[in-house]
Amino acid sequence: MSRLRYQLLEHRGTLLAAAVFAALFLVYISNYATGLNAAVATTVANKGVLLAIVAMAQTLPILTAGLDLSVGMVFVLANCLASELVVGGPLQTAFGIVVVLGAGLACGLLNGLIIVYGRLQPIITTLATGAIYYGLALWLRPVPGGDINSDLADAVTGQLPGGIPAMLAVLMAVVLLVWVPFRNSVTGRAALAIGSSETAAYMSGIPIARVKIVTYALSGLLAAIAGLLLTFVTYSGEASSSIGGTYTLNSIAAVVIGGTSLMGGYGSAIGSIFGAFALRTIGDLLFVLDLDPLWQPLFQGMILLVAVSLSALRLLKIRNRLDLFS
Amino acid sequence: MMRAGALAPVSFGSCSAILGARFMQAVSGPVLETIGVSKRFGGVQALSNVDFACRSGRIHALLGENGAGKSTLIKIIAGVVQRDAGRMLLGGEEVVFATPREASAAGIGCIFQELSLMPHLSVADNICITDPPRRWGFIDGRAQRHIAADALARAGAEDINPSAPVSSLPLSRRQMVEIAKSLARDPKLLILDEATSALTAADVTRVFKVLKRLREEGLAIIYISHRMSEIAELADDCSVFRNGQHVATFPAGTKSNTEVVEMMIGREYSHAFPPKPKRDLRGVQPALETRGLSWESALRDVSIAVRPGEILGLGGLDGQGQMEMLLALFGALSGVGGETLVEGRPVTLASPQSAKACGIGIALIPEDRKTDGLMLPMSVRDNLTFAALDSISTAGIVSSRAENAAVADMVKLLGIRMGAADDAVGTLSGGNQQKVVIAKWLLNKPGIILLNDPTRGIDVATKQELYQLLRRLADEGAAIILYSTDYYELIGCCDRVAVFYDGQIVRLLEGDQITERALIASALNISTADQGDVLLGEASL
Repeated sequence: MSRLRYQLLEHRGTLLAAAVFAALFLVYISNYATGLNAAVATTVANKGVLLAIVAMAQTLPILTAGLDLSVGMVFVLANCLASELVVGGPLQTAFGIVVVLGAGLACGLLNGLIIVYGRLQPIITTLATGAIYYGLALWLRPVPGGDINSDLADAVTGQLPGGIPAMLAVLMAVVLLVWVPFRNSVTGRAALAIGSSETAAYMSGIPIARVKIVTYALSGLLAAIAGLLLTFVTYSGEASSSIGGTYTLNSIAAVVIGGTSLMGGYGSAIGSIFGAFALRTIGDLLFVLDLDPLWQPLFQGMILLVAVSLSALRLLKIRNRLDLFS
Repeated sequence: MMRAGALAPVSFGSCSAILGARFMQAVSGPVLETIGVSKRFGGVQALSNVDFACRSGRIHALLGENGAGKSTLIKIIAGVVQRDAGRMLLGGEEVVFATPREASAAGIGCIFQELSLMPHLSVADNICITDPPRRWGFIDGRAQRHIAADALARAGAEDINPSAPVSSLPLSRRQMVEIAKSLARDPKLLILDEATSALTAADVTRVFKVLKRLREEGLAIIYISHRMSEIAELADDCSVFRNGQHVATFPAGTKSNTEVVEMMIGREYSHAFPPKPKRDLRGVQPALETRGLSWESALRDVSIAVRPGEILGLGGLDGQGQMEMLLALFGALSGVGGETLVEGRPVTLASPQSAKACGIGIALIPEDRKTDGLMLPMSVRDNLTFAALDSISTAGIVSSRAENAAVADMVKLLGIRMGAADDAVGTLSGGNQQKVVIAKWLLNKPGIILLNDPTRGIDVATKQELYQLLRRLADEGAAIILYSTDYYELIGCCDRVAVFYDGQIVRLLEGDQITERALIASALNISTADQGDVLLGEASL
């Protein structure tokens, strides 16, 4: 087989997710009254990018066969912090951004440290730390409010010259500055190796503890970036547990639609981005098709089920039935 | 291979043209040396006081039966487990390896059976996993493919595409990737643990060429294999292990097969086995019979029959298909070829559930009681009755009176020592846990009982109780198939033993034929013949 075919095989999840999104988006936009213009694109981008970046955050632990239930809460915590700190002049704003992102990194780092050195299950660890992060957010901002550097917010949620949504440029930058280096670094490779077979990774001499910690820390950083962007969209902060919970669960759904295996070892954050946009478009689709929005969870659920079924097809090939459980 | 005279030992596997150079290397100090290394796992002394050395430019074969300590020794060398006592010298310097990573960095390459490949990653990713080529800090994919292609070529597997995901390759190709992966790190010492068992004959030839070339390049190689013909072809030195001890090291070809087998025998053993009844079972309809059973490459044309009242042993070295045989009979494998008959009627075993319900009932006592046999946090009572809930319930409701009676019966029958039936089964000792696993299946009153190495890791007293129990069950009419890695158990317990080698039954031993010598010789698929004068070098002829 040629190298091209192997590359196609490697990226089949991402390509499939991109195709699903393209199809949904095409239906959406052809039913939208004004068709595609800069304003519509910006609205879509502003809504989609937030979930896309949270889904990227979720992708990293899942690649190592873990899970991060705290991404949504880190997202909310960063939102509350930003509504407090990202104000005033350029210098103060920059400082605020650094603190917000640093806080996200710290949250992720704590997750990683507990999982690695406490030898606890990622799912329960992050459920607990997520509650703590939400508690902090609530303590910071008991009632919705706060402020944000509105010049910056307008710029980020507006359009670049040529009508390109600025939010998409931010997403691009996050991909290029976080995901691409991670994917091509030894650490990123090692994260995939751990997800593929932790025993084999250990036997190959991979520093498992360090790699996992870095992976969870980066996950926290990404969630905080999304939280910062949320502040730019809403111009305020809100410690909402329903936002946190929804984003966490939708991020997992987006990762799965994006073709990443929940068993670890296979997948890509790019796929998760398309997964997130596809998930968002389903909601919008019901709106333009004039269906009752009450149908939204049902349709999202069905799409998710189809996506998961596709990834279960490999089980049909298993010859030793005991392997089904391992 | 050279054919030697009937009695004179002969050297082989070495090429005289390079003998001089290799001799020079052999004179310098050993590449790796262990002095007084010991290791204990729980109650088992896996290695005691082992002195061992291997030299550059030589292939050193390790011989010994299951559990003799070979694997423990190489795991210690490779940093997988830590020694309890003793010293290890690498190139004359004392070393301690806390992880495989440290051993690998020090120049020790280890090839296990499929243990260190990550299936989702590409061949090139796998080969370069520890130290990929980098440009500006990022992995250089192109350089990595070149390195991988070079390493594959060195291993004689140019046909493997470095971009292919490992999961797309068949087992034998994966093993070649594993070998290439070790070579890519330029080891000083290369360890192969049964590395050829999954390879096709053509691959084995290629690997041997590679190993011989590496030997000329001055590598030290430790080679573990159960195939005597391979050892005869490759090895310069042989070391025999027995019962955790290093028995002897000798130049290859200086001992006959019989002498080697004698060295491997001789473990102290003092188990009392119940007497075997003398019964003529010929003509009795088998409770379970297979005809030409096959599955993937692990089982090839296996035909056996076991009659009520009989204990049939499955012998041979680890991993020759015995486990797959039991799983196939218990319906855990799909795509099994051949025919299975229960009491003379053909049956289809599509799942453990159908095996359990089929005819006179089949039960499998699994190998790993902690994962396959018990639900550790649940109570003894729940565990005991789990596989037999049908027999103690009416209309889907479990009768607690019937349950308590059944539990009390079993606790008494097997002498399970425990606090209360409500205690978590995980709090029991290993031997008592194993009794619970067996009791759980006995509640179903199965006519056919399959046991997968049931006495591994349990104490002597419990072992003896289990032997008594097996014989009693057989006397009551059960047909029993016992897979054991312990030769003494096969000798003491079984009426007949089918010895597996490479997925086939190579020998069926009966009655007085079941001796340790016969078991080891057939497990290695060599014939010690009656005169005991067949030479090691002729094993494959």
